[in-house]
Amino acid sequence: MQPTVPAARIEDVDVKISVLVHAAPYTHQAADTAYQFILAAIAKGHAITRVFFYHDGVNIATRLAVPPADDRNIQKCWSVLAAEHGVDLVVCIAAAQRRGILDEGEARRHGKGDGAANLAPGFRIAGLGQLIEMGIQSDRLVVFGA
Amino acid sequence: MSDTAIAPKIIKKFLYVNRKAPYGTIYALEALEAVLIGAAFDQDVSLAFLDDGVFQLTKGQNARAIGMKTVSPAFGALGDFGVTRLYVEAESLAERGLTRDDLMIITHDFENGTTGEVPSIIVVDRARMSNVMAEHDIVLTF
Repeated sequence: MQPTVPAARIEDVDVKISVLVHAAPYTHQAADTAYQFILAAIAKGHAITRVFFYHDGVNIATRLAVPPADDRNIQKCWSVLAAEHGVDLVVCIAAAQRRGILDEGEARRHGKGDGAANLAPGFRIAGLGQLIEMGIQSDRLVVFGA
Repeated sequence: MSDTAIAPKIIKKFLYVNRKAPYGTIYALEALEAVLIGAAFDQDVSLAFLDDGVFQLTKGQNARAIGMKTVSPAFGALGDFGVTRLYVEAESLAERGLTRDDLMIITHDFENGTTGEVPSIIVVDRARMSNVMAEHDIVLTF
């Protein structure tokens, strides 16, 4: 059967890639691998349409994690990626609320008190529609599971 | 919230691959949420069940005693959302001592509006499942 959209070859320049991260930070290497994959893709000249964090992947986005000083800080890696390369980092709202990842608006809406928001810089919270949309808009969607 | 498709005329074939048992992890529950959003965006959505994922479709589920939501009734409603193909891998069933008779009966209406119901579950062998994946634009694994 012919695919409805012609598939781009990965060796083509400027392939539009979107990334779905399911894996929890530190527990699963996939959270690191996704980050390294994106750096490599950008270095090769590809465009990252969006990164969507789902399942325990949303835990990457907490600014409250304090890993040991001799370990990498996964959240900071991603925040720097967003700042330096303008990568759109979207955290699923339903998955985030379940796991206590809140931006200021959500913290206020749920009466969690001032200062409760813990969404790290460079991330934004939005609905699952953003996952479907990035699938529609990119040539490749790559899943990093657990 | 910018949850409306910017390119609504593009319809891609999405395949949601379910590989985990219905309870024990959250994958089945959160995958279903993503399936419904895909359907709401008018995409061509199909599901695949392999490995322990085949347990998601077994009859007689009741998760009340473990304090969880029972996920299986949602599969029966997928036809109403235009999700009419649930591919199940035959080898995964056999490896777990399951047959088609252990699975729920899930149907959808004929597309041309005539009365009657069509089975949604399609049991395929491993080689055919590989082809099913190749036929889709987007493969989301859970």
